[in-house]
Amino acid sequence: MKTNDVILQSAAKLVVFVILTFSAYLFLSGHHEPGGGFIGGLMSAAALVLLALAYDLDTIRSVLPVNYRIVTATGLLLAILTGAGSFLFDRPFLSHAFDYFTLPLLGKTELATAVLFDLGVYLAVVGVTMTIILSIGEDR
Amino acid sequence: MSNLVIMPLLVPLVTAVLLIFFHKRLRAQRILGAVSALINIAVALGLVLHVRGNGIATLQLGGWAPPQGIVFVADMFAALLVLTTAIVGACCLFFAFFTIGEPRERHYFYPFFHFLLVGVIGSFLTGDIFNLFVCFEVMLIASYALIVLGGTKRQLRESIKYLLINIVSSALFVTAVAYLYGTLGTLNMADLSMRVAEAGQDGLLTLLSVLLLLVFGLKAGLLLFFWLPGSYSAPPPAVAAVFAGLLTKVGVYAIIRVFTLIFYHDQAVTHVLIGVLAAITMSAGVIGAIAYRDVHRILIYNIVAAVGFMAFGLAVASREALEGATFYLLHDMLVKALLFLLGGALIAGAGTSRLAEMGGLIRRFPLLGWLLLVAALALVGVPPTSGFVGKLLIVQGGLAEGWYWITGISLASSLLMLYSMMKLFMAAFWGEEPLHRPPSASRVPTGVYWPIGALTVLVLALGVGAQWAMPYVAMAADALTDPQIYIDAVMKE
Amino acid sequence: MEVLLCIAAGMLFTVGTYLILAKSLLRIALGTSLISHGVHLLLLTMAGVKRGAPPLLGEEAQAYTDPLPQALILTSIVISFGVTSFFFVLAYRAYKELGTDDMEQLRGQGDE
Repeated sequence: MKTNDVILQSAAKLVVFVILTFSAYLFLSGHHEPGGGFIGGLMSAAALVLLALAYDLDTIRSVLPVNYRIVTATGLLLAILTGAGSFLFDRPFLSHAFDYFTLPLLGKTELATAVLFDLGVYLAVVGVTMTIILSIGEDR
Repeated sequence: MSNLVIMPLLVPLVTAVLLIFFHKRLRAQRILGAVSALINIAVALGLVLHVRGNGIATLQLGGWAPPQGIVFVADMFAALLVLTTAIVGACCLFFAFFTIGEPRERHYFYPFFHFLLVGVIGSFLTGDIFNLFVCFEVMLIASYALIVLGGTKRQLRESIKYLLINIVSSALFVTAVAYLYGTLGTLNMADLSMRVAEAGQDGLLTLLSVLLLLVFGLKAGLLLFFWLPGSYSAPPPAVAAVFAGLLTKVGVYAIIRVFTLIFYHDQAVTHVLIGVLAAITMSAGVIGAIAYRDVHRILIYNIVAAVGFMAFGLAVASREALEGATFYLLHDMLVKALLFLLGGALIAGAGTSRLAEMGGLIRRFPLLGWLLLVAALALVGVPPTSGFVGKLLIVQGGLAEGWYWITGISLASSLLMLYSMMKLFMAAFWGEEPLHRPPSASRVPTGVYWPIGALTVLVLALGVGAQWAMPYVAMAADALTDPQIYIDAVMKE
Repeated sequence: MEVLLCIAAGMLFTVGTYLILAKSLLRIALGTSLISHGVHLLLLTMAGVKRGAPPLLGEEAQAYTDPLPQALILTSIVISFGVTSFFFVLAYRAYKELGTDDMEQLRGQGDE
């Protein structure tokens, strides 16, 4: 039976971007305030799942031709390598460093290696969640 | 601080992740996996030598000091287990190259295999209870995937039970962690040990230790082994060998660690309980091994019996017995993996796992037969092999501490183990070939003899070179008998 | 508050245990996820439900909340999420492949 989901589809088009923006905010605020790669990743995955609900999986796959397993692997690799980067400076695994830089537009900004690790977490979470949900969803 | 401590974990982890990128190129996966497995043996060997030279090595992740920070600890006991894990893992991996088959390879077999190694090695190296739980879960999730990979009906059926048992035991594990944190306010093992020693091990803490014993006993198959025969006979031999060699041993390791480092005060309750459980496990294991006439079952019930043996060594808790338990644990990891690889090759060659349908295989597979005989003798502990030293030490310790009953049971069960293995050997290799060879009988690829041969050589070398290996085992037993050594090493920096 | 949480955790355990003992795979899967919720609640309760500022730099407060149990619970939730979803997929596959979700019929033969 063909269902009419015009409302869901048109709402999703807007809401997805709001969710994605908020997830980016959560991700970046994670260093000093509640948030971080994990929650940001879950939020992004939620946006993608909403898209998948409103349209169908084939549409999502043609719009976002991403292999989420590779995304997971990239995230894990990034996180591990950030941790292992401390080997170069003869520091314990997972040591992180930060410093303040003056960037154009942003002014004085704190840049930390922990963000790279968090980015890895973000990618891994998005990848794992999407892999799980897509593999449950596509088989019917 | 030494980053070497975490290297044996990072090597398989990075490999597993890289393998996902190569999931379409099987050849690249094999080469990468093989190289990484060999590198990891070297790294683990380096760790053992480092610990031998410099004492217990610790690594505070991110530079955060314990008890707040996460700490990885490599004492000799853990380092030796890591080395054995790396060796067993590499051998099973090479065995898998020849036997696992392309469909499984394409469905991420190798990444899961390496993730499993990450979990096992992490469990050995971690210095706090919660990370022990996390590493257990990494190992278990990888094992869920490995056990079901291939998706035959039998695998699906057995993996449901395996999964369910492990989910329940993980829930109990977190419960125990919650109570531990509620009562003692820390989860770092060295810190826990200090606080238990300070506060005295009262009834509540003893109860908690029994809860932990229950959890680890489920994983190790100590008394609670009823899930084991079904789930270990479902997956292909390379996977079954890894499970047999490594998974139950992680449970045994956790029991030994917890009851030598943290809860060693109330031995009248906990250690006697472990001793009784060990006796029941040994008896039940050998009864199973005698009763069944099926290759899988006989080997699996021998795992159960061996777990009882190690637990007995822990229960005695004298220095000699702990040395024996350590030695036997190392031996058992090698020999169980070896036996399961041999069993897998045997079943592939005979086309069936039932002894009644085998016979006369020595003509077709002479090498396999004699190797199986050697492995069986090593399992039982006939002198020049590695099983002998461990058993001797455990039995000596048991007699010296007055555990006559259980020592008697363990000796009797060793005899019956010998009987069950001889039954397997004679029924499979001697006699006449059955009139109708099962249609699934096939050739055994010659490549599988490499990993099997390597493990056999190691088992023999560990037995003959026991004199040479003993200083390492003694050093492991030092830290097990005197928790202060471990605590000082973790808390010093 | 602690008492209430303890009772809630106990109820989750009870219901979860009851469901795990059922025959149908779906109920068993639900039971395991309920038990893991109960465990997480227990972890939260055992560590003490404290009222305090978030344990962050710059919060000049008298008391801080202990961050460790929350980290533990988060880790544990992630793990149980992964395992539960795996269990559901496995149960579904098993149902399609074996044609039943009745544990009695998934028992397997004694001779294999």
